[in-house]
Amino acid sequence: MIPAAFDYIRPASLDEACRVLGDAGDEAKILAGGQSLLPLLRLRLAYPAALVDLGRVPGLRGVEDRGDHVFIGALTTHDEVLRSAVVREHVPLVALATATVADPAVRHRGTFGGSLAHADPAGDLPAVALALDCVFVARSGEGEREIPAAEFFVDYLEPALHPGEVLLGVRVPKLGAGWGFHYEKFHRTAQAWAVVGVAAAVRVEGGSLEEARIGLTNMGPAPVRARAVETALRGVAPAPGGNGGAGGSRDPLRDACGEAAEGTAPPADLHAGQDYRRHLARVLTYRAVRAASA
Amino acid sequence: MPRITVTVDGVRYEEEVEPRLLLVHLLRDRLGKTGTPVGCDTGNCGACTVMLDGRSAKSCSVLAVQADECDVVTIEGLGRAAELHPMQKAFHTEHALQCGYCTPGMIMAAIDLLRDDPDPSDEAIRAGLEGNLCRCTGYCNIVRAVRRGAREMSGEEVRTS
Amino acid sequence: MTEQLDAGLVARQIAESDQLSDPSGVREVGRARRRKEDARLVTGRTMWTDNIQLPGMLYVAFLRSPMAHARITRVDVSAARVQPGVVAAYAGQDLADEQGSLPCAWPVSEDVVIPDHPPMAVDTVRYVGEAVACVVATDRYKAADALEAIEVDYEPLEAVLDMTEALAEGGPRVHEAGNQAFTWKFAGGDIEAAFRDAPVVIDRTYVQQRLIPTAMEPRAVVATTDGDAFTLYSATQIPHVLRVMLALTTGIPEHRLRVVAPDVGGGFGSKLQVTAEEVLCLLLTRRLGKPVKWTESRSEGNLTVHHGRDQLQRISVAAERDGRIRGVRVDLLADMGAYLMLVTPGVPLLGAFMYNGIYKMDAYDFTCTGVFTTKMPTDAYRGAGRPEATFAIERAVDELAHELGLDPIEVRRRNWITHQEFPYTTIAGLTYDSGNYEAATDRALALFGYDKLRAEQADRRDRRDPVQLGIGVSTYTEMCGLAPSRVLGSLSYGAGGWEHAAVRLLPTGKVEVVTGTSPHGQGHETAWSQIVADALGVPFDDVSVLHGDTAVAPRGMDTYGSRSLVVGGVAVLRACEKVKDKARDLAAHLLEAAPGDVEFTAGEFRVRGTSEGRTIQELALAAFAAHDLPDGFEPRLDADATFDPENFSFPHGTHLCAVEVDTETGTAKIRSYVAVDDVGSVVNPLIVEGQVHGGIAQGIAQALFEEAVYDSEGNLLTTTMADYLIPSAADLPEFVTDRTETPATSNPLGVKGVGEAGTIASTPAVVNAVVDALRPYGVHDVPMPCTPERIWRVLGGGGGTGGSATGWAGPTESEGGAR
Repeated sequence: MIPAAFDYIRPASLDEACRVLGDAGDEAKILAGGQSLLPLLRLRLAYPAALVDLGRVPGLRGVEDRGDHVFIGALTTHDEVLRSAVVREHVPLVALATATVADPAVRHRGTFGGSLAHADPAGDLPAVALALDCVFVARSGEGEREIPAAEFFVDYLEPALHPGEVLLGVRVPKLGAGWGFHYEKFHRTAQAWAVVGVAAAVRVEGGSLEEARIGLTNMGPAPVRARAVETALRGVAPAPGGNGGAGGSRDPLRDACGEAAEGTAPPADLHAGQDYRRHLARVLTYRAVRAASA
Repeated sequence: MPRITVTVDGVRYEEEVEPRLLLVHLLRDRLGKTGTPVGCDTGNCGACTVMLDGRSAKSCSVLAVQADECDVVTIEGLGRAAELHPMQKAFHTEHALQCGYCTPGMIMAAIDLLRDDPDPSDEAIRAGLEGNLCRCTGYCNIVRAVRRGAREMSGEEVRTS
Repeated sequence: MTEQLDAGLVARQIAESDQLSDPSGVREVGRARRRKEDARLVTGRTMWTDNIQLPGMLYVAFLRSPMAHARITRVDVSAARVQPGVVAAYAGQDLADEQGSLPCAWPVSEDVVIPDHPPMAVDTVRYVGEAVACVVATDRYKAADALEAIEVDYEPLEAVLDMTEALAEGGPRVHEAGNQAFTWKFAGGDIEAAFRDAPVVIDRTYVQQRLIPTAMEPRAVVATTDGDAFTLYSATQIPHVLRVMLALTTGIPEHRLRVVAPDVGGGFGSKLQVTAEEVLCLLLTRRLGKPVKWTESRSEGNLTVHHGRDQLQRISVAAERDGRIRGVRVDLLADMGAYLMLVTPGVPLLGAFMYNGIYKMDAYDFTCTGVFTTKMPTDAYRGAGRPEATFAIERAVDELAHELGLDPIEVRRRNWITHQEFPYTTIAGLTYDSGNYEAATDRALALFGYDKLRAEQADRRDRRDPVQLGIGVSTYTEMCGLAPSRVLGSLSYGAGGWEHAAVRLLPTGKVEVVTGTSPHGQGHETAWSQIVADALGVPFDDVSVLHGDTAVAPRGMDTYGSRSLVVGGVAVLRACEKVKDKARDLAAHLLEAAPGDVEFTAGEFRVRGTSEGRTIQELALAAFAAHDLPDGFEPRLDADATFDPENFSFPHGTHLCAVEVDTETGTAKIRSYVAVDDVGSVVNPLIVEGQVHGGIAQGIAQALFEEAVYDSEGNLLTTTMADYLIPSAADLPEFVTDRTETPATSNPLGVKGVGEAGTIASTPAVVNAVVDALRPYGVHDVPMPCTPERIWRVLGGGGGTGGSATGWAGPTESEGGAR
């Protein structure tokens, strides 16, 4: 299918981008890698009056080690994220989740910031941003603003960005030694969207979970942080207990993960019902925490 | 209308394009590069995969304006001077195509995956081709072809089975 | 700058690599020849229909119904007509007088209802996606834009979605005549006696979900006219059938209509159709006097390429306690969708003779009711009727084995036709000419490591491993090589099942073969060349195969039903024999010998016992020169031949599948897959293996991944590839394949056909494996596709029935049962 017509603006600088976006208001959409946007345009599910292509705006691309955090520029492609030694070393959860995004060709074009700003609850990166308490840095004509991940994902495909605001990048905190990570994605075919995904960051001390941070993919109209299970996991031993399976002896980790879907409002759609998604959230959280603790 | 400059299979083109023109339609309808077909609307099938500045990209999910000042290589630009690219040859040798509609994209994706992993395991080949759908082959011979192509591209002598 | 590829050099390269790859072999038939077709396909020098550009070409786009069932009260295309670049816009009413009705060539029964099927809806729409208006514009972008300016008012009618409800009295009707399209019955033996006092009766209901065939190339049509004659290019499997049908539908005289199938990117039955778009493009070019092109988008295709399967199957098996089957009773509801298209009602009938599978029994009874619903019509999809039949019987036999505590393979052994019993006339009246089920099964078991996997399964069951192992078997046969014309006639099919070929020796000794088959991925150019090379003793590379254009190949019945080699390949062989006979006469004349004394070996005719001879190439030139021909000998070495088989062919085989089921998430993952097929003699093992691979993949896709889903209002939810899940390389395992060979006796090549075998065999093997994994949980069925969620639900997740992941029912009697 074929997109409806739109105006195309390709600003050469950040200032220009902010200006044209400010002028256009709601009518304009930002084009980053376009890997989510182009299918929407082709199916005529979106009719923006204008696309503002950030592809040639300098300074939005790249990964930087900034001491206590890693800054990932919004236009850094998934592929570049995956190739970044800094990412792999300091924020490996980002790499683990990014490796599951779509397929290689899409990862060459799709961007880190674009995926997050798309605020698709089925996207893989928002759960990671939530679990890691990332900070989003955005800029408009009125200046720069920081948005904590917990406030960034407002609703379905709705990020906390104002019209005229450009996401510059994301600060991904380094959690330091003692932390383990895992992204557990459940999908029906390799390139399909996550039915449910779980991003886990855990710190184990003395054989029990000192801290666990869990972000959930596709468990609500917006990506969610699973606070209830985080609380339940505290103090639990992640080491294998029982056979981990059906009918085995009690496994405190499994019990704690029973809280994983608490407070979520998962969608019911072609790919899964709500109850199944809740069930998956529990099973996958268990697996993610186990893997992250290993 | 935006004016773009794009190099496709070694030829430089200057074109005025509607902003919404998809790269694949620029290739097919304007430049006559019909070797690259379209198989879906959603970026799933990968039939339209080309090399965009050296990396695989689905040309149905790229606007022509985004390809401004870029270098595009399609299946038609792979072979050089009457010599098939080793991957093209490998697809033929291993019978890795039937109807051939997915083949241009599949070959581009296969070449791309070898850049990062010149000696991939079967599992890595399958994962690397997850964005390219084939309805005819069941993929077994495609995996064999990529394995063969990898060996040939690394210069190793390959015996025909 | 990149140098352009030299086509000739590339072809030579390919030819050289092939020589290296296959240095031996006197005979071409049986060799793993690399394909001739590949050179253009791997370099992008293809001629897909959408690649065709003609001067002044216009682009067509269709506005499609968003309603499943509605009366059209108003269509206003006037705003679209004035959009930039728009040449014309029409509603169905504008075409009503000339568009005719799309044909159904298979009026299966006396009671069949064949409703009028306007290519563009005029007053009523009956499925989402039905065309209601069109735009013709100077490019595809403008055409797409102008669609949005068309206004249509609908008066909604109730959707008809469920077949059982559709047949109930008093509900909404898809057509005036009601929702029952036909009933069709068939019986053999005394079914009442078979079931009376039967010690064991297995009674099951299976759902064959609706599938979207999804050839990788979307459909495309180009139509053009010089004002008198018409040419239609279409991504079709059936240029010949299409030409006849389009002539009948549009009134364009057949001799003024040429149909071309250029490179066609897969079909799987979906391009075995006379489509609305083909008819409408012809009408549009006739009206506008300009070439027109229409290319569907994938989402348009998911809505409007005919769908496959969609049957509700009730199967009952009566058996003795030792597992011997007494009889099988089948009652089918088959969803026709909104209209009967080319062979829609015939599809379930192609399975009617196959529910007895490879088994001997005393009685068989089959009833099928075709039902109209407000969905896209169904029609042929890879296997067409036979996968459904095979699934039902192979699933039911597994249920029987379970019921009796027997190994599923043992139950099959106790019932199947043994190799000494061929030819064997089944209870369904077909005569299976050849086969060896024992050999294929033994080979498959050995390759699979059956006993070892059973041991692992027992161990996992003992450990209550959350990942359970299931083993599934399918011992299938199918009837293919469609088909004996007499049989098709007796089944009320509108045409015959013969195939045509012409072979001509050119003056330089090269050979042109014209075939009536219409390949779209099957490699006929290669395989036919192999047949001709052997028959005429000419080099493989000296043969060209022409096809897919009614101006070049005027006679044919096209490609579907695993028929091309079995019928068309044999026609090629027959034509070669005739050419050889002519050449022999000429040779005898030139050598001054009696034709009976002239022997033919390796491309040369020689007088017996002498060294004097003429090569076939020399004879070709002699015929062309015509200086010295026998009296009455026409100066050409060519011949036509038509082959009409006496019987179907019956490939068979044994497929084994091991599946790991994660009982926590419900995911079923194929761990290993073994297929041993017997497709008779083999012309090209490479092509055969490829067909088997692809067939298995599509059968697995039905078992695990694919389903066309309509919502409660009749909207298709699976319109994109993000929702209709085609498996990728990462989702499928390596397949282990092997063959046994019992040549078919119904044709001189001994071939049986291979296009559909893999698809027919694999679906039940996979589902049997999934169910086998879950037996300890008290699970006896998982509806297709066996998605993780469905498996979770049958395990009791979400309050579902059928056992529970925590409610282990314990090892069942069938475990460790006799083998």
